[in-house]
Amino acid sequence: MSFLSHLINGISLGSIYAIIALGYTMVYGIAKMLNFAHGDVIMVGAYVCFFALNAFGLPPVVSILLAMLVCTVLGIIIERLAYKPLRAAPSLAVLITAIGVSYFLQNGALILWSASPKVFPTIFEGTIRLFDGQLTIGLTTLITIAACIVIMVGLTLFTGKTKMGKAMRACSEDKDAAILMGINVNRTISVTFAIGSGLAAIAGVLLCSAYPLLQPTTGSMPGIKAFTAAVFGGIGSIPGAFLGGILLGIIEIFAKAYISTELSDAIVFLVLILVLLIKPAGLLGKKTVVKV
Amino acid sequence: MERIKKFHLGKTRREKLITFGLVLVFFGFIEILQATGNLSNLLKGQLVPICAYVVMALSLNLTVGILGELSLGHAGFVSIGAFTGIVIAQVLRPAIESNGLLLLIALAGGGIAAGLIGFLIGIPVLRLRGDYLAIVTLAFGEIIKSLINNLYIGLDSKGLHFSFINDNLRLLEDGKKILSGPLGANGLPRISSFIGGILLVLFTLYFLYRLLGSRLGRAILAMRDNAIAAESVGINITRYKLTAFTMSAFIAGMAGTLFALSFSSVNASKFNVDMSILILVFVVLGGLGNLRGSIIAAGLLTVLPELLRSLRDYRMLAYSVILIAIMLVTNNQILVHWWTQRKKDLKGLFTRLRKSKQGGEG
Amino acid sequence: MKKIIAVVCAILMLSVSVVACTASNKPAASDQTATVIKIGATGPLTGGAAIYGQACANAAQIAVDEINALGGLQFELRYEDDAHDPEKAVNAYAALKDWGAQVTLGSVTTKPALATSQLNFEDNLFAITPSASAVDVVKGKSNVFQMCFTDPNQGTASADYIASKELGTKVAIIYNNGDAYSTGIYQTFVDEAAGKNFEIVSTTTFTDETATDFSAQIADAKDNGADLVFLPIYYQPASLILKQCKDVGYAPKFFGVDGMDGILTMEGFDPTLAEGVMLLTPFNADASDEKTVNFVKKYQEKFGEIPNQFAADAYDCVYAIYQACQNGNVTADMTAEQINEVLKVQFTSMTFNGLTGENMTWDVEGMVSKEPKGMVIQNGGYVGME
Repeated sequence: MSFLSHLINGISLGSIYAIIALGYTMVYGIAKMLNFAHGDVIMVGAYVCFFALNAFGLPPVVSILLAMLVCTVLGIIIERLAYKPLRAAPSLAVLITAIGVSYFLQNGALILWSASPKVFPTIFEGTIRLFDGQLTIGLTTLITIAACIVIMVGLTLFTGKTKMGKAMRACSEDKDAAILMGINVNRTISVTFAIGSGLAAIAGVLLCSAYPLLQPTTGSMPGIKAFTAAVFGGIGSIPGAFLGGILLGIIEIFAKAYISTELSDAIVFLVLILVLLIKPAGLLGKKTVVKV
Repeated sequence: MERIKKFHLGKTRREKLITFGLVLVFFGFIEILQATGNLSNLLKGQLVPICAYVVMALSLNLTVGILGELSLGHAGFVSIGAFTGIVIAQVLRPAIESNGLLLLIALAGGGIAAGLIGFLIGIPVLRLRGDYLAIVTLAFGEIIKSLINNLYIGLDSKGLHFSFINDNLRLLEDGKKILSGPLGANGLPRISSFIGGILLVLFTLYFLYRLLGSRLGRAILAMRDNAIAAESVGINITRYKLTAFTMSAFIAGMAGTLFALSFSSVNASKFNVDMSILILVFVVLGGLGNLRGSIIAAGLLTVLPELLRSLRDYRMLAYSVILIAIMLVTNNQILVHWWTQRKKDLKGLFTRLRKSKQGGEG
Repeated sequence: MKKIIAVVCAILMLSVSVVACTASNKPAASDQTATVIKIGATGPLTGGAAIYGQACANAAQIAVDEINALGGLQFELRYEDDAHDPEKAVNAYAALKDWGAQVTLGSVTTKPALATSQLNFEDNLFAITPSASAVDVVKGKSNVFQMCFTDPNQGTASADYIASKELGTKVAIIYNNGDAYSTGIYQTFVDEAAGKNFEIVSTTTFTDETATDFSAQIADAKDNGADLVFLPIYYQPASLILKQCKDVGYAPKFFGVDGMDGILTMEGFDPTLAEGVMLLTPFNADASDEKTVNFVKKYQEKFGEIPNQFAADAYDCVYAIYQACQNGNVTADMTAEQINEVLKVQFTSMTFNGLTGENMTWDVEGMVSKEPKGMVIQNGGYVGME
């Protein structure tokens, strides 16, 4: 029974990593950049939702929508000011800029909202008890997993069926060819950022619902974990990010439960290394063959 | 990574001399300040860390700029060097009186240990490419951090004692703890000196320039620019990559020793992803493959947050804005174009001046 | 890339000269008619640990303002940011020296304090840290003092408390093995627990990187039948542990240390989660004595938050220095070394009454002796444990 309970906890943690990883992988797939500030956009989303709920007493749904709106706008502004001028620059220059944006958001949050941790209110109340109460599953867990699946399916359909989605895929395949085909690459990348940031807001709300502690640094560690998850699953791949996130969560919980809490970090990363050595492009990543 | 600027092997003697000269001028400048009593405590305390960061940046430049592989776990090698150096320094302190000699041995030990680990990690890691390689180096950095954070080392008359996860050292009366898990290493001898740091920077520069000028260096650059072409002319990619990676780790380890032995207290959490990223920022800002750029960027960005202290709470916010601004400015096509034009003008002006001078003399 | 070099070169030279200039200006300023005693301190004002540094900086400022309003000795306070990092703390310390600090409040958190206290000792610059609790911070440094309990002190006191009050028979421990404070208390707790009337059935850890999900640790404690969970950790992760225990329907007794203080004042925290939690803390923001009421009121007015024990310790530090300065006839024109000698003598001989304890004294090692108060949380407030 404890195995099942650990498994569910792992999936729960993993689905949060997965939602963040979906945002990472979207942006990476299209803009070919590691958006290290993604974790901090999550933090901003959570703060906006927190204040909407607590200070303005808005209903949860409105609060989440407001958080999404603010994050989407924030994502577009960041993209316009910091990343767009670097479209032609080496990818490492963009990486460093993203790190700068990450510092900026964290320190801005520190000044705006102070360092005191806030406790995120419970939005989804309730637990389900199975097997005479031996197994409990929180409603938050179920909603997180459901949200994660919905977002993954939604993104897959969006990129597969819609015109904008197709433009995104074209940009990710070959930017120059996409321009030749009359696709507005700049706009496509901006839309990708908007979607990614909107997802970040949802991730922030879910992260803080499951682990209700909100500080300016809240997003940074999950951000790095999610980045790991995205690479684990094969960066750029939407189902890969989902799978990578879930597996990372399960491995983390199992490492803690069955091997050692002291070394759980080391174990998680060791598994990651082993997987990448066997499958060098991640679990579902595309193998790129370099032709001469 | 695909747009790395071409690194010209034909570095002239003059270019190299300018770089060495820059380091020496900085050294002389500081010495003058010190002699005239104008050196602030703040800058004085940062001298050795600046040298250490410069060497870290140079070593990472070998991996990222010259080898062309993104590494996010460089702090791991720094950490190995730091703690190996600490153990050596603490063990040999009673036996060796000269701080300089002790530092030298510690540096060598720290470098070799880090190089060895770099070699072992490099074997599997270098098979990967791009972001996958980045994430695996990040993973190794985190593993190293986690392991050292759980390591306890003690020294007594019976020798060294090791213990893992829990403190079971059971030292004798005369024993002392060298490393105590998350508390780190405390009461360290601060044997790193500014002159030692400058010498290490000069040694690293000499080492890297020699490397780049050698057969190995040419092979590495050929590999970075076009791996397939390099392989087709008979360059053993894996071997050369591994050699460069190991050397990068070796130098990073020495930097770690220098860094650690300039503080009285060091712990493993210091050498985290943030530090790896910080070193990467130095390298990218200074220019990939540009050794002089790395030196300047590392020195400048180490001092910058301290200069911003007067901004109080807005200090780190200002730092982030400056970081973004520098990246935007240095990558702005229009500005870059404008600057190259101005430089051409200047050059022309100089040539004309020189010519007219020669004409006058003749 | 040359463009960058040229630009950067220029900035570098500029910056070096700025540093050099500020250096040559600073000491001159302090040599002139000094009317205030400069108190310097380092603490995390940014980054993940900013809450502790800001609390100390705020509270120390309140104390300084109060003392200055009295009209006698005048203080000037300066907190430099160390971002909870020993390297930056050394820089912050150097900045304080350049400023001309005559007395210091050391560093707020343990890791930076380990580095700066050594410098305090070498430079003969007096330090009393509000909250850096490791023994190594003060050990062997005759001019470095602590206002807080040392880690071993808390570890042994907790074990003794649990044993003498028979609070539990099977104890689980969850601690942060990436943190010096937490590991320090854990180790002495385990040593002291040997041979006591309870057994430790589960020991699990986390680090700052994994401080989100505690389900595995909680499951381990639960499966081993622990009836008391000892949490030698700070209140932020503790709040998550309490929440997650409730979610899985696990309700043991919880026992915390002084890092637990602050849990009730977190914005949005549901106090019913902490109902019945026991902790050892020197400070109680709900206490009704005049000093505490006055301090809490001022702090709330100025900063809009209820002060935690870090704040109280920092407030006490300033008053302890004030008392020692008065007793030792310290004047503002004395050098740091002179003040250091006077305060060393005063601190090892005086008795101090503050927010965090009555009749505090310091031994030659610099450790404070005050009684940890056992508190239990009831109806969202602290109640003394007999």
